[in-house]
Amino acid sequence: MAHNKETKKQELILFLSDTDEREGLLGKKNRKLLTDPLTDNNPITVQVLGICSALAITVQLKPAIVMSIAVMAVMAFSNMIISALRNLIPSRIRIIVQLVVVAALVIIVDQILRAYAYDVSKELSVFVGLIITNCIVMGRLEAFALGHGVYKSFLDGIGNAAGYAFILILVAFFRELLGAGKLLGYQIIPDSFYEFGYTNNGLMLLSPMALITVGLIIWVQRSRSRSLIEQN
Amino acid sequence: MKWVRNRLDQLRKPFEPGEKYEKFAPAINAFDTFLFTPNHTTKKGAHIRDVVDLKRTMITVVLALVPALLFGMWNNGAQYLYQERGLASVFDVPFWDAFLEGAILVLPLIVVSYVVGLTIEFIFAIYRGHEVNEGYLVTGLLIPMIFPVDIPLWMLALSVAFAVLIGKEAFGGTGMNILNPALTARAFAFFAYPLYMSGNAIWVHNGSTDAVSGETILGSLASNRFDGVVSGGASDAVAFASSSVTEVSSTLSSLNFSDMFMGFIPGSVSETSALCIAIGALILIATKVGSWRIIIGGLAGGAAMGLIFNYFGGLGGEYVSELVNSGQITLEQIKNDAGAVAALELGGWDATLLELGKNQLFNFPFWQHLVVGGFAFGIVFMATDPVSAAQTLKGKWIYGILAGFFGIMIRVFNPAYPEGIMLAILLLNVFAPTIDHYVIQGNVNKRKKRLKKAKTQLQAA
Repeated sequence: MAHNKETKKQELILFLSDTDEREGLLGKKNRKLLTDPLTDNNPITVQVLGICSALAITVQLKPAIVMSIAVMAVMAFSNMIISALRNLIPSRIRIIVQLVVVAALVIIVDQILRAYAYDVSKELSVFVGLIITNCIVMGRLEAFALGHGVYKSFLDGIGNAAGYAFILILVAFFRELLGAGKLLGYQIIPDSFYEFGYTNNGLMLLSPMALITVGLIIWVQRSRSRSLIEQN
Repeated sequence: MKWVRNRLDQLRKPFEPGEKYEKFAPAINAFDTFLFTPNHTTKKGAHIRDVVDLKRTMITVVLALVPALLFGMWNNGAQYLYQERGLASVFDVPFWDAFLEGAILVLPLIVVSYVVGLTIEFIFAIYRGHEVNEGYLVTGLLIPMIFPVDIPLWMLALSVAFAVLIGKEAFGGTGMNILNPALTARAFAFFAYPLYMSGNAIWVHNGSTDAVSGETILGSLASNRFDGVVSGGASDAVAFASSSVTEVSSTLSSLNFSDMFMGFIPGSVSETSALCIAIGALILIATKVGSWRIIIGGLAGGAAMGLIFNYFGGLGGEYVSELVNSGQITLEQIKNDAGAVAALELGGWDATLLELGKNQLFNFPFWQHLVVGGFAFGIVFMATDPVSAAQTLKGKWIYGILAGFFGIMIRVFNPAYPEGIMLAILLLNVFAPTIDHYVIQGNVNKRKKRLKKAKTQLQAA
């Protein structure tokens, strides 16, 4: 009986973290899952995924933050669900299963947004629905959740979503500040500046500037950590 | 001269290799080679030697720009003073008054452009450890020449910084840029600060004050669309059969081709005078610095597009006068009464014809398109930029023709972008490598075919 209990526990651990290694909830390896996507394995600036939404909804800070939370919720739960089902899904139809899971989660998120944050959900319009097609979500499901335990997949989802959110919020910060002189809708640049001749930069509100801002972030990141520069 | 040389040699001592400021050597080298011929010699291999180095090329372009620049100074001063003093025409302004006033307005722009741009170039040269290139001498002069005279200096500085950083250094510096840096600066300012870069009141110093109107021809054409059709005889391209069309517009009849050609009209700093630009073009072509293929192609492409528009504008004009003559609607109604137009229930092609007839830019004679706005300046000085233009001879034709073609197309279709040539050249800059690729591939295929033919002939024989 005791033996049986022990194997069950072992199985559970395997199910949750896919290695026999015992490790704290936020051990070194697990922490890496959270922090890597923020820096040297950022989904936007290094893997260059999820660019479309980064261009579309970073005009203001608020939608960017809401979008980040939405993506984080979808990624964390879809990673968990797919990881839990990973031994059951036939590999031939795995994309369909992934899509169904993600779509269901996106619809839930969308409905919640409509219920509790209607204005923002209107601003985000189709882009919430388009989380389904966000390459980061599918990419992490394929690359990570299908081969790792539930808990690790959860951390990976949170980590990648945080990396996405970090860039999104950074870009939105500069775009709203320089393009409209505001942050989160509150005027930041004082009136005296405008009286002095300062003018908001209209180009910041157009999507090319989002691309350029992302490009500049990539430039800064690559000059800081040279290991990212490809050798050819 | 010798004294300068000695001073410079003394000055550069700490910059020699192994000395204290070795890192900053590109900065002192730039000054040195700016003042003196560099005494570097080629050490390896056989080379074709030519006096035309990058520096000579760039100085030639600067020389070609001088007529337009000097004229621009005079014109900006004259345009401002004649309206400010309430004179009858620009020619009543004393020459030196106008020139000095213009110089005071324009010089700060040039200084800011050079200081900001060269600072960034120097920083990158030192940081990357290469020499400072002369490319910016031209870009730095071009940028103020294509801005409105009243642009706030900090906006100019920001545009310059953007152009040099994003347009040039991000791609690897001089010779590597995909887009023309001067046009990048203008495009940045155009989209970032539209109020200061487009509209009707910014082209003359203090243009927004009541006494001074800075309206350009393109601006008035765009804002006063219908009057052109009404004026009938105003444009040669449109033959108006109607006698009932009597209302004469004030805008088009005041246009004078020689004024437009000589450049006595408001506009960006030095883009108004087609004559001075033509002199610059001749210098560029004579010294083979600028490609005549691009210039001729651009003018031909612009003229072709203008002709097409003139044809459809003429159709539209005829349709409008037909409508008016048959008593279905009056010109007043077309102009001011949207309800009456809707009541006609025009569908499909008829509605399009009415719109065509109303758009004054469609009826603007094609040869006049070539001399107003930045078209000529863009084709001569921007499109010929050897770095961002197409490199193959056939490619240069295609590139030039398409630039002119799209330039006029954007200008006419979207009156909000009167300087369509800027967008057209930037677009073609992006496509230039593609054009070259297909030209080269075409050539390769042609020769392959020839080879095959020769082979079969050989085998047959």
